[in-house]
Amino acid sequence: MTAPAYFCGVDVGASATKVVLVDARGNAVGMAVNPSGVDYDQTARQCLDQALLEADLQREAVVRTVSTGYGRTNVSFADDSLTEIHCHGVGCHHHIPGALTLVDIGGQDNKVIRLDDHGRRVDFCMNRKCAAGTGAFIEEIALRLDLDVGDMDGLAQSTDDAVRLSSFCTVFAKTEILAHLRTGVAVASIVRGTFESVITRVLEMDPLDGTVALTGGVVAHNPTVADILSARVGRTVEVPPHPQFTGALGAALVALKQGSD
Amino acid sequence: MSEDKKPVIKKIQSTGPMRALMGEYFMELDEAAKTGSAKVAWCTSVGPAELLRAFGFLVYFPENHGALLGSSRLASDLIPAANALGYSPDICSYLTSDVGSYLKKQTPLSRAFGMETVPKPDVLAYNTNQCRDVQDWFSFYQREFDVPLVGVDTMRNVGDITKDHLDGLVGQYKALVPVLEEVTGTRLDLDRLREVIRSSYQCTLGWKKVLRIAEQAPSPITFFDGTIHMGPAVVLRGDDRAVAYYETLSAELEARVADGVAAVEDEKWRFYWDGMPVWGKLRDHAEFFGARKACVVASTYCNSWIFEDLAHDDPFEGMARAYTELFIVRNEEFKERYLTNMVRDYGINGLVYHDSKTCPNNANNRYGMPQRLARKLGLPYVVFQGDLNDLRMYSEEQTRTQFEALVEQLHEQA
Repeated sequence: MTAPAYFCGVDVGASATKVVLVDARGNAVGMAVNPSGVDYDQTARQCLDQALLEADLQREAVVRTVSTGYGRTNVSFADDSLTEIHCHGVGCHHHIPGALTLVDIGGQDNKVIRLDDHGRRVDFCMNRKCAAGTGAFIEEIALRLDLDVGDMDGLAQSTDDAVRLSSFCTVFAKTEILAHLRTGVAVASIVRGTFESVITRVLEMDPLDGTVALTGGVVAHNPTVADILSARVGRTVEVPPHPQFTGALGAALVALKQGSD
Repeated sequence: MSEDKKPVIKKIQSTGPMRALMGEYFMELDEAAKTGSAKVAWCTSVGPAELLRAFGFLVYFPENHGALLGSSRLASDLIPAANALGYSPDICSYLTSDVGSYLKKQTPLSRAFGMETVPKPDVLAYNTNQCRDVQDWFSFYQREFDVPLVGVDTMRNVGDITKDHLDGLVGQYKALVPVLEEVTGTRLDLDRLREVIRSSYQCTLGWKKVLRIAEQAPSPITFFDGTIHMGPAVVLRGDDRAVAYYETLSAELEARVADGVAAVEDEKWRFYWDGMPVWGKLRDHAEFFGARKACVVASTYCNSWIFEDLAHDDPFEGMARAYTELFIVRNEEFKERYLTNMVRDYGINGLVYHDSKTCPNNANNRYGMPQRLARKLGLPYVVFQGDLNDLRMYSEEQTRTQFEALVEQLHEQA
């Protein structure tokens, strides 16, 4: 009798590294996330160990690993690597079958990926070079407002008033905030305005037709962003379970498929 | 899917003769500037080179120097000097690189050919058919060198080329003549002009033949090779040595086709490149696509030095037509038709659009073209942000991810 096989997906993102382990049926059995830091391979190993611990598995149980994300080529134990554009599509389609437009708001970039009924990519685009509209933007604004990033969502939810931040540039947006603070605007309104601004940047990338799904670390930590996007597109935006792990899940599912072929 | 193994870049043997020819060209310019043995004209790359050559000028092209500054990666050190003079980081980075090179007295020609400096001009001649920046660029040097500045202001966004366009342009070309006569102290020899134009036209035919050989699958040449081998078509058109060079090159490429030699081993995908090359990343990009069995077989850029209307009976109307028929001068409808035909002719699987920050006129993604063509042709595409010379505008990681995702998409759809 052979031991059950497990498959690993590693998503080394600009801000965080995520690992997902799946069994032979594609069920997630363990996951872990840590800041990517400066040694991507080391961080990936650390995440793997944590995910194995959660799944109560030994390293030998993992028969194939696929890496993705900016640091995908730094994962020494990966058997293959694919772009996060591919893996996010696979991971999202797993939870939300059918044609959809996937919006991933990551630490350093945004992606819009259009999938057909079979989960195959139709097209994709990424944000322009500036980090405005990404997770890094929210972190910068939190710093400017002297807030813990973890407090941002609660503040945004606490008000319907949102200031308008119109700049493409993170630095200029921070200057706009300075002007709002000078005139006594409530911090909660600035935070909500920051989230609105993130969604505005996304809506500038693509018309977002059909079913829209939202993934990435930003929505995982700030669910209000999904509410704002839903309001802006006029229909409920789907958020798959554990949206920060979508890319890692996709990578694990690719590993499973490759291992089964 | 990820391919980190470096592919073998197959060296084109004609590169040796091409480099020798370019060396001769620069040494002749150097000699002329130092000794006064011939007058030197500076010309924009798609400017009235034939007319200048007919007057006996040796012709130097600052844009070619700009490309050398980019490919040698000197540009990044030099652009800030021009920025500091008030030349914005948002304008043409050939201009800012070249002006920076002048200000800091650094040129890649020193290392390549032992030249102390670029050859000083006796006259400056531009054509705004590509952009207005060339006029501002040459105006800088007009002030520095205090030599005559002449130019042709070509209409932009042109659909069909009409008699009105041509009448205006022919008048402008003819108006250059008295100034050039004064600088050289000679009268224009129309027979010599016809001779130069004939040679330039032969060069066009030779260069076009080289580019069209890439219609073969597998292609014996890549876009990245083309950006190097177009040198003689840019700087020596109108000189029979350029004609001879393209005979040599096309013979080598035809032999490759006959022998089944591909530029990219096991070519699987064929891409079209729209927009400028990223000069400082030329080799990286060539290796990146090559490692993924993807050959960039055709481009808007390399085809921009094909001037078939030079064949016209009237030399002035021929120049006016030839320098207006270009892709960059034309309207969006023309460009869409052009790209559609290129996709068909070269059997393209996907398109790469370079949104070059400082070269908007060579960036064709800004008015919905990629989306329209994707709907029409059903082909995947990627738009990446970068720049021809200013690597401050280029994100290595984002670009690699997007290129790789494009190849993945083709694999997925196969």
